[in-house]
Amino acid sequence: MIRHHLNDELLMAYSAGTLPEAFSLVVAAHVSLCDTCRARLEGFDAVGGAVLDGIGDGIDLSAGALEATMARIAAMERDGAPAVPRPAARRNAVLPGPLRDYVGGDLEAVRWRPVGGGVRQAILPTSESASVRLLHIPAGTAVPDHSHGGLELTLVLQGAFRDEHDRFGPGDVEIATPDVHHTPVAEPGPDCICLAATDAPLRFSGWLPRLAQPFVKI
Amino acid sequence: MSEATERRAAWAAELKLVASSRDAAAFARLFSHFAPRVKAFLMKSGADAAMAEECAQDVMATVWHKAASFDPARASAATWIFTIARNRRIDMLRRERRPEPEDLTWGPEAEPDQEDALTMQQETERLSVAIASLPEKQRVLIERAYFGDLSHSEIAEATGLPLGTIKSRIRMALERLRHRMSQEGVRE
Repeated sequence: MIRHHLNDELLMAYSAGTLPEAFSLVVAAHVSLCDTCRARLEGFDAVGGAVLDGIGDGIDLSAGALEATMARIAAMERDGAPAVPRPAARRNAVLPGPLRDYVGGDLEAVRWRPVGGGVRQAILPTSESASVRLLHIPAGTAVPDHSHGGLELTLVLQGAFRDEHDRFGPGDVEIATPDVHHTPVAEPGPDCICLAATDAPLRFSGWLPRLAQPFVKI
Repeated sequence: MSEATERRAAWAAELKLVASSRDAAAFARLFSHFAPRVKAFLMKSGADAAMAEECAQDVMATVWHKAASFDPARASAATWIFTIARNRRIDMLRRERRPEPEDLTWGPEAEPDQEDALTMQQETERLSVAIASLPEKQRVLIERAYFGDLSHSEIAEATGLPLGTIKSRIRMALERLRHRMSQEGVRE
């Protein structure tokens, strides 16, 4: 049962296509797991459709645009139109489809790197305006206290964590703004696996992680 | 059925004809309505006229090729074409990937339910009316958010409005839309 959802601002920006790729990945992964947010997203897409449809006349295409488009269609059919399949749902996978596309498979394909304290991470390749990584936090382990320089989204994929504010289980997404200081602790049970995106580097308060920061690229 | 709802049903029917029988006349009717809107949408997003024209043609070619994946029970024609235009814009202006959610479809596509499709067209009509009747200041911000490669902070810079004002206006606009959409049996 998912209790922590995406907010309007994120869903609307994803629908409008203005989120950085790293945040879009978290939104796409959450929507893959959450029917409530999928329905809300369809609502925001419908707003986009109404905005498009409501653009008044006044802009014309060049003469012959339809013919040029038909020629383009014919050329694409000759060459075989590039098919871009949407990720398919897969039962028993820990990672939702859009995430498997980035990783190149399910959990077994993740290339983890240790970041200290038993925590491991894998940074995923996205455009540079924000970053996103998978985190593997052993059950019962605390992630070092840190504050956020920007917006941070954390989606739980397996296990659960708890901080001073609430509990986050599979499918839940935590939205942390710059003023949030928290110490998430992975609950006992299966190790906690999260997808975390941020538009600023995390600043850990402990001296050891801070020292390690330039090397491990957090 | 209102005239606008009928028109929406017609767009859905044209898309079905394109999908089922590669109907060039149906496509031409879709083209004359949507291609100028897509071009205008891309220009409002910051593309110059030549690039917008090029991409609008590209978007319409994609409409032809993907017509079979249009589901009138899940989206209106305008919404479906908006998502294609938006994705093309991300590709064109930002040159980055757009991760998409998993598809819901399991196994072969069922024939879309006629009644669901009609409900979708009526809901779409109500949404359009609701957006058009928003207070001007709220409506403009909603439109800019969708045209945008404008983030909230860039809108703030362009309009001189504080970020908090923009966020609260958009929030009020969404509340108003939700309220309008949740009223049963709205007068047509």
